[in-house]
Amino acid sequence: MSLATNNQAATPLQSVLGWLLRNHIWVFLALTVIVFSVSSPYFLTVNNIGNILTQGAFIGILAIGMTLVMIDGEIDLSVGAVLALASALAIGLQDHMGVWPAVFLGLMSGAALGFVNGTLVALSGMHSFIVTLGGLIGIRGLVFVYSGENALMVPDFSYTEIPEIYFGPISLTAILFFALALFFQWVLSSTRHGRETYAVGDNIEAAHDAGINVKRHKIINFTICGTLAAVCGILLSMRLGTAEPNAGKIWELWTIIAVVLGGTRLQGGFGSMWMTIGGVLTLAVLRNGLRLLNTPNYVELMVMGGVLIMALVLDKLLNHKGDT
Amino acid sequence: MDDVILRVEGITKTFPGVKALDNVSFDIRPGEVHALVGESGAGKSTLMKALAGLHKPDSGQIIYQGAPTEVAGPLDARQKGILLIHQELSLSPELSVAENIYLGAWPTNRFGVLKKRELRRNASAALEALGCGFDPDVRVGTLSVAMQQMVEIARAEAFNANVVIFDEPTASLTDTEKDQLFHTIRGLKARGVGIVYISHKMDEIFDITDRITVLRDGQVQGTVDTAETDLNQVTRMMIGRTLDSYFVKAKPEFGEEVLRVEGLSNQGLFSDVSFSIREGEVLGLYGLVGAGRSEVVETVFGVRKADGGKIFWKSGEIDLPTPRQSIDMGMALVPESRKEQGLVLMMGGRENTSLPHLDLFSDRSVMNRSKELTTFDKYRSALSIKTTGPDQAVSQLSGGNQQKFVLAKWLCADPKLIILDEPTRGIDVGSKSAIHELIADLAEQGLAVIVISSEMPEVLGVSHRVLAMSEGAVVAEFEGDDMTEENLIDAVSHHRGEAAA
Repeated sequence: MSLATNNQAATPLQSVLGWLLRNHIWVFLALTVIVFSVSSPYFLTVNNIGNILTQGAFIGILAIGMTLVMIDGEIDLSVGAVLALASALAIGLQDHMGVWPAVFLGLMSGAALGFVNGTLVALSGMHSFIVTLGGLIGIRGLVFVYSGENALMVPDFSYTEIPEIYFGPISLTAILFFALALFFQWVLSSTRHGRETYAVGDNIEAAHDAGINVKRHKIINFTICGTLAAVCGILLSMRLGTAEPNAGKIWELWTIIAVVLGGTRLQGGFGSMWMTIGGVLTLAVLRNGLRLLNTPNYVELMVMGGVLIMALVLDKLLNHKGDT
Repeated sequence: MDDVILRVEGITKTFPGVKALDNVSFDIRPGEVHALVGESGAGKSTLMKALAGLHKPDSGQIIYQGAPTEVAGPLDARQKGILLIHQELSLSPELSVAENIYLGAWPTNRFGVLKKRELRRNASAALEALGCGFDPDVRVGTLSVAMQQMVEIARAEAFNANVVIFDEPTASLTDTEKDQLFHTIRGLKARGVGIVYISHKMDEIFDITDRITVLRDGQVQGTVDTAETDLNQVTRMMIGRTLDSYFVKAKPEFGEEVLRVEGLSNQGLFSDVSFSIREGEVLGLYGLVGAGRSEVVETVFGVRKADGGKIFWKSGEIDLPTPRQSIDMGMALVPESRKEQGLVLMMGGRENTSLPHLDLFSDRSVMNRSKELTTFDKYRSALSIKTTGPDQAVSQLSGGNQQKFVLAKWLCADPKLIILDEPTRGIDVGSKSAIHELIADLAEQGLAVIVISSEMPEVLGVSHRVLAMSEGAVVAEFEGDDMTEENLIDAVSHHRGEAAA
């Protein structure tokens, strides 16, 4: 019924074009896949696709929380450090209390730090950029203190087998990423909390006037973001069997790049998990493809930087057209 | 007495330095459209914000449906049935029409999951009741302003509002859209909704309202039946005030013509405006808010681009200028909103004063601090500005002292023509008369001064000549003995009456 009324003005072709304009990242993703398929015979293999999904899933899980926070018009720079702390705790505490309680405490550390971030942002009125920049440095310091500047080794290597479950070529980690992304897409589109997220980021005055508890709302999203960073850290510790104090360094930047690449607006009010999935996959495909082509690391960084700027220019151009 | 849905009793609200509402009482009956009029700063917005729960009054009470009511906030007001429709619409452009109608009050189950079908159905019903047939699933950002306004009005249906407050609802509507809006308002009225209608546009007020309450300086001047009054009376209530301050007028010794404007037009704002001004002359520009006064001088200065007309500077025709060229020629515009256009609030008086003329205060781009300080000291004593020092942030100063810095920064470049837009709005009496004296001094030094003011005594007191503006046109010019309050009121209200008829 809703489609019928929507299409009174627009033909199906127009609405497909309209969707693509707002989700141009998928066009971009298709293009990169085509380019790498042509230039490398190893790219479009079942194994490699599985690898891309697993590699992308780590940034992806961070990006889900970041998307929520960014639609709110905020940012969380501390996710990389939170990830490192959660992974250090999950491994370091196993000697004292066993595997699962340690994992649980790791998870809780992320939730608690996210809660602290959100509370500071909501109550102090400081910009989240500053608050979480403090978190980025401070929490990383905490990780070094806890780990004594050494990589922590898991006592029992069966821990590393936990995520080694595959559904065909797709790892449990990748499945978890997609499941979380879909769940939070549902939250965004179908729950009160989701509507609040858009309303707060889009027009905070209107949201406040409408009686939305803006502060509580932001604290919830920062807490989700911190928890997901901890999930990512724990998965990483399972995959590596160690917890490096430097784990996840500058991952917050890759995460922001993935989210922005997807089309979620830095100023807030606009974005979705579909876009973020697109951004995460594009980023993963680019990194994987460039490595398959034996691109030196610094060239890879240059290409990524260029791609990011290009995607944003494209977004600006397309969305400008879309508005008029 | 029974026939009142909402009564405001003796509300007072004080902001630091201003009494925005002073013992205000008025009431709204079901099924009436009640106009709230007054010049800017009269307290209209404060009053309606108090009704909508955005401001908490210092004293007084709101009697709603026969019982004293405390409105805790906007959502509370809405749920009680009091709806405020903002001038700047209170919508989220990225959300759908239905989601915006129920913004913050979406129907959900116990777990916070949206009941989308119910949301959509209720929104459709609300829209239908208003007689606007657009799709509740459309993104609000894609709608026209008029349609977005309808989305806000649909909240009246959705929340079963008893009182709807419109703040300048026609500000950005076309004539057809306005007719539709009035149709909608009459529909609400027929259902027994009490409507408060705030507007500067007198023709609309006489068209749609049943009663008019006039506010001035935070006080109610009176409530009249629309059918039993006329523009002249309402205008008088809005602006009439006693001549309680003493004005100094510069000696009328005029020199050469400085500026002449012929047939200047700017579409939708004003048309065919002509005037001239000589050295040593003070020209007053009077009109109610919305008459186009500020727009005219902003166009002369080059902030706005003119559509047509000629500007002559010292008898030579010039191209339509940019602000930079205007400053270089010797024109200065002191804008109405000090904070937005006039001053960099974080900077001190020294830096603010030199800001428009950095080349005068610098040697090869390096700032000359001692030159700045000399100028700062000169104006601090000349205008007796109260500040702790050259680097005290101007945000910490009173409105009057801020205004003096705005003047200082334009005066230190030695302008030939200075335009003052509402130079004394919102400042204390002492600073006011200091500024009036300054205007006279400047004119006697040979400057041409244009003064825009909504305060009639001020315009009449400081000017040698007054232009009356109404609805984008110069409707009269007064000089000498013709410069009286009566004549000015007649000029601006008579013209409006014709336009409305």
